[in-house]
Amino acid sequence: MTSNSVSVRDLSLNFGAVTVLKTLNLDVRDGEFLVLLGSSGCGKSTLLNCIAGLLDVSDGQIFIKEKNVTWEEPKDRGIGMVFQSYALYPQMTVEGNLSFGLKVAKLPQSEIDKRVARAAEILQIQPLLKRKPSELSGGQRQRVAIGRALVRDVDVFLFDEPLSNLDAKLRSELRVEIKRLHQSLKNTMIYVTHDQIEALTLADRIAVMKSGVIQQLADPMTIYNFPENLFVAGFIGSPSMNFFRGEIADRGGRKVIAVNGVDFGMESYPARGPLETGRKVVLGVRPEHVKVDESVPGSEEHDAVVDIEEPMGADNLLWLKLAGQTMSVRIAGARRYAPGTALKLGFDMSMASVFDAVTENRV
Amino acid sequence: MADTASIDHSTITSTSAKSAAGPRGKKPRPLFSSRNIMVYGVLIFAAAYYLLPLYVMVVTSLKGMPEIRLGNIFSPPMEITFEPWAKAWASACTGLNCEGLSRGFWNSVRITIPSTIVSIAIASVNGYALANWRFKGADLFFTILIVGAFIPYQVMIYPIVIVLREMGLYGSLTGLILVHTIFGMPILTLLFRNYFSALPEELFKAARIDGAGFWTIYFRIMLPMSLPIFVVAMILQVTGIWNDFLLGVVFTRPEYYPMTVQLNNIVNSVQGVKEYNINMAATILTGAVPLIVYFVSGRLFVRGIAAGAVKG
Ligand SMILES: Nc1ncnc2c1ncn2[C@@H]1O[C@H](COP(=O)(O)OP(=O)(O)OP(=O)(O)O)[C@@H](O)[C@H]1O
Ligand SMILES: [Mg+2]
Repeated sequence: MTSNSVSVRDLSLNFGAVTVLKTLNLDVRDGEFLVLLGSSGCGKSTLLNCIAGLLDVSDGQIFIKEKNVTWEEPKDRGIGMVFQSYALYPQMTVEGNLSFGLKVAKLPQSEIDKRVARAAEILQIQPLLKRKPSELSGGQRQRVAIGRALVRDVDVFLFDEPLSNLDAKLRSELRVEIKRLHQSLKNTMIYVTHDQIEALTLADRIAVMKSGVIQQLADPMTIYNFPENLFVAGFIGSPSMNFFRGEIADRGGRKVIAVNGVDFGMESYPARGPLETGRKVVLGVRPEHVKVDESVPGSEEHDAVVDIEEPMGADNLLWLKLAGQTMSVRIAGARRYAPGTALKLGFDMSMASVFDAVTENRV
Repeated sequence: MADTASIDHSTITSTSAKSAAGPRGKKPRPLFSSRNIMVYGVLIFAAAYYLLPLYVMVVTSLKGMPEIRLGNIFSPPMEITFEPWAKAWASACTGLNCEGLSRGFWNSVRITIPSTIVSIAIASVNGYALANWRFKGADLFFTILIVGAFIPYQVMIYPIVIVLREMGLYGSLTGLILVHTIFGMPILTLLFRNYFSALPEELFKAARIDGAGFWTIYFRIMLPMSLPIFVVAMILQVTGIWNDFLLGVVFTRPEYYPMTVQLNNIVNSVQGVKEYNINMAATILTGAVPLIVYFVSGRLFVRGIAAGAVKG
């Protein structure tokens, strides 16, 4: 069993009468890259600030490296933090920014120099050491901010949307760099984002949050393919999963989901329990799990007409109508279908997700 | 494919041909358009309206009494004399004392400098604590302070006289400095609190993670970013305290009267003829300090704002 690097036990946090986090539990393993993913205002930053010790918790405990740090000062928790707005001290040079914490901790100058040099080398910011933050580009600033966490030689890195202020190209560059950093340092990292690409590419595990509650905590592929509930299913994936509201029906001993007169066979769906006839459910199928003009074993074929075609290079996205509702299908970029073309759809039900319409949980 | 490319090409050439003929570059704006005449006319009129009294004062202060008696207050001096200025500074009489304004000037300096420094030092720490540290009771403390800002001075004068008397400070410069410091506190604290609240909160958080405590963050992180607000506070305090009359009269003895009080005594002295030139010179001298503060620190202020930019 790997030990836990960060453990959050029954954590609650209120701002006055507003409850932002409700008895939240979370275990982050040693050396793990954990991503907190959720829409704006769901409490991701609040949770991170609690772990960092920047907010006093209302209830519950926080352990870092098996030590109860609930009442400890931020500096004594063995954490480094990187913020969305970089938060570099504007009046200090890059070197001053990197060494500030070490000077406050009264480390010997030789040790400070050594650590700053090492961080600068890892992040390739040696030529910038004498500059002020205002003389740096956004990407360089964020590198310095990461460096400031790096020099502190901490067990746990906390990132609060570090790439959100950068443009798309820099974002993907720095994303790779953060991943490389994690692979070489093997520190525990907790990374907040609302960008699902970042989450899926970086994470060992993703915690999807909604209004202060963790909805699902699993590795990216599980989150993507087997979402625990309707929220997670709809939140991850672009374009979003196709949802069909219907009910379980019995067609001569064969279980199907009936949606507006269209039947979806359930034989290959890995159901968790018996599905009673008449139960209201939501069928979710990702765009890439629908086949076009290709037979899928155990699935009926549905006729549809292409509404809009969105070629995206590697992929081609088709928008069409089925069972009275709009849906999207992802196919290889080379396969083109002009609007108005009739085609046959086959649903790969082994990769589908079915949720209870009332509880919204996976069945 | 080849088709579309050639169509694109022809569209580009036709648009560039069109733009070559049409307007291009900076739009010409005539200097004497009706709009400019309106705008500058109003501005010049407003400026003249405010500058006219100053002009009259300067001109009068440079004239001798015989010339003033001619009565034309707008005419420039026929014969420039600096004697009224010298007299106003060094030998104008208030009652029995004929030392001019100079004593009041030095009194005002001795009042203004410590009051400004002490009040800004305390208020900036107050504002910083209120904005960033959110201690228990911070909101209550802040509310009380703000209410304090709205209580008229006059209401508080008598109680403060008693308090100072009990402390043995009544009539002394120290007493007056204390009063100025206290009266400046609400507005200055509000000013600093709002400024520090507007600074990115994440800077404060980053400094805390770096292990900096209350004073380290104040001196190493906050102060260097706050030059503009310190200049604003300095302007407010220096002009406010320098121009104060009421507190100066009430809380000091005649030998400690600030410049404003002494100016009043010179201008309102009843013996002899009214020496308008001396009065004008004395008034300008008294107003010179706030004026200089504005001119000097106004530029510093702008530079401070430009240097304080945090994000790119
Ligand atoms: N100081 C505060 N006082 C009152 N409410 C707050 C405070 N800080 C945050 N909140 C509330 O707590 C909730 C969670 O905020 P939080 O900053 O953790 O969201 P987030 O998930 O990080 O969102 P984002 O993606 O926009 O950064 C929000 O609804 C917010 O309004
Ligand atoms: Mg946030």
